Amino acid sequence: MTDSGANKRVIILGAASAIAERAARLWARDGAALVLVGRDTAHLAAIAADLRIRGAVAVHPVVLDLSTADARRELEEMTKLIAHIDVVLVAYGVLGDQAAAEQDFVTARRILDTDFVSAADWCLAAARQLAAQRAGTLIVLGSVAGDRGRGSNYIYGAAKGGLGILVEGLAHRLAPTGARAVLVKPGLVDTLMTAGFAKGALWSGPEAIAAAIRRAAERGGPVIYAPWWWRLVMLIIRLMPSSLMHRTGL
Amino acid sequence: MSTESALEPATEITSWGRVVRGRQRVARPAFRDRIDMAQATAGGTCLAVGLRRSYGDSCLNAGGVLIEMTRLDRMMALDTQSRVLRAEAGASLTDILTLVVPHGLFVPTCPGTRFVTLGGAVANDVHGKNHHRAGAFGRHVRAIGLLRSDGRRLTVSATEQGELFAATIGGLGLTGLIEWVELDLVPVPSAWLEVETVRFASLDAFWEIARASAATHEHTVAWIDGAASGPALGRGIFSRANWAGAGGFATHRDRSLRLPFDPPFTLVTPATIRWFNALYDRLGARNGQTRAQHYALFFFPLDRIGAWNRVYGRRGFYQYQCVIPPAAQEQAVRAMLQAVVAAGEASALAVLKTFGELPSLGILSFPRAGATLALDLANRGTRTLELMEKLDAIVRDAAGALYPAKDARMSAEMFRAGYPQWTRFAPHIDPAFASDFWRRVGHDR
Repeated sequence: MTDSGANKRVIILGAASAIAERAARLWARDGAALVLVGRDTAHLAAIAADLRIRGAVAVHPVVLDLSTADARRELEEMTKLIAHIDVVLVAYGVLGDQAAAEQDFVTARRILDTDFVSAADWCLAAARQLAAQRAGTLIVLGSVAGDRGRGSNYIYGAAKGGLGILVEGLAHRLAPTGARAVLVKPGLVDTLMTAGFAKGALWSGPEAIAAAIRRAAERGGPVIYAPWWWRLVMLIIRLMPSSLMHRTGL
Repeated sequence: MSTESALEPATEITSWGRVVRGRQRVARPAFRDRIDMAQATAGGTCLAVGLRRSYGDSCLNAGGVLIEMTRLDRMMALDTQSRVLRAEAGASLTDILTLVVPHGLFVPTCPGTRFVTLGGAVANDVHGKNHHRAGAFGRHVRAIGLLRSDGRRLTVSATEQGELFAATIGGLGLTGLIEWVELDLVPVPSAWLEVETVRFASLDAFWEIARASAATHEHTVAWIDGAASGPALGRGIFSRANWAGAGGFATHRDRSLRLPFDPPFTLVTPATIRWFNALYDRLGARNGQTRAQHYALFFFPLDRIGAWNRVYGRRGFYQYQCVIPPAAQEQAVRAMLQAVVAAGEASALAVLKTFGELPSLGILSFPRAGATLALDLANRGTRTLELMEKLDAIVRDAAGALYPAKDARMSAEMFRAGYPQWTRFAPHIDPAFASDFWRRVGHDR
């Protein structure tokens, strides 16, 4: 609605993730109304209480298994809670265990189902709502893992890469309507802040990604790297010849 | 995205002073019901830690598990009328101030950095520049949620399990995991302070100004020129402040500069210290002037530079902070400054403050009536350790004590001399909790 970022009406799918919760705090401080969707009642309640204290004018926790729910119908219900959508943030997903997934196809399938099939459902449902409103932003958390297939995480990477193509397409489709779709690709996120500085310069905290998400709700896209210099890092990785790539353990 | 309750593989972890390091596993629970005590204590002991601003080894547990609390940083309840905040123990003062300052509220006392968690502030019973008015942090804690390793969740306060409450305040995290804290806040008329700086040419002058200022100013602290000797020994700049009546409630900004790299050697040498101190002396030369300063600059000047501890290079640094009872304070502080100069060392940052009479609530609390001197010393190996042993002798003779949060090397004898009440504290320790500090000062586990 406004360009200032104040008083946003936001639906967060996967509200209990570290990045999503920190993005929610930024919106809450500016008087947002938030719908928080996640699986665990107690966790959503703790987050909701915090966001209200931080300034959210309304917080609606919705307990739901996003990977099995009827996206279109549920999103319509959520929209009724806040009347109008400024932002839909798709922040849920599973990292999965690549080694296990290579042996057990059920595990591989679960990663693809959650991170691509189900996420695509919700993106399409959100795009439908935003197109009808002719306003609002769909923000989807992608991953740099989706930029090039690498031996260590290509199943997760494939799901996120596919999702990225979908979001780019939605951004194109929505462009004439005034609504937007943005893919935010975090680099290495230090949600496990351990050995002081041992993690080095490539790691960022979830706060940095949250700040990029908040900016993405106002402008930019359709593909945003967070922090921005990951665009350069990934350009180099994409351009690396396979003969060289295959000798690394990336 | 990741599995929230998993333990990371053992990693080398260090504390703020970067002298002590050790391998330990880390758990980083994101929700209170994801704190897995059974897992954390399965192979030995655990310790809950916050932002690890403790300088030595009181926030390390080599060979065991650290439960890092920084993701448990949610606000649980805020009553702006009765001025009470309840928050998860991983909430930092920087986050809390961002929230409460616009309501015209402030934390009742704060240390020299806003990057401390509520749990850490309780476990070290931290103090601030207003100690002579407010006492230590623990005096303002209404209740603590304590999770013991047997899975029991206790609420302790002055009236509920008072002894365990007193053991937990300043208890170095050893009485169990501090899950949440309920804290009294104080009203402030603005986010600004009226700060007056007064130069003093000698220690005698310091004591005089300190005595006079305690009655007129809520916040007092002095910076001592750690490179001065002879007749100039103990000269410095006294800074005293009261909250300003106007100016609005703008909060601090979270941006800070960062050292872009880790210098291979310390940038803090006697030569650079002399230069820095001379510069500070010049800049502080607006003698007797009063000016308005935002709370972020007055209380947390070093927070403007992220990870300033890196200027000491790979070998790190020690901080030596002691408290000396009133009867011996003047003589002991003089003797310590002389010892530093005689050793050919110079302290880059020497801070002197008088504590008031208000008793600390914790059994092991550091703050007590007298004077506290804090010296930052670059780690030059044996030389530095020998100097600190000389300082120990002065502190012990004066019936003083060292601050565990800053310490990386005191002996068991030194600890017991400063904290004779440790025998009253010991029965309250959670059997599955331990730290490198506690082992070092002579306790098993």
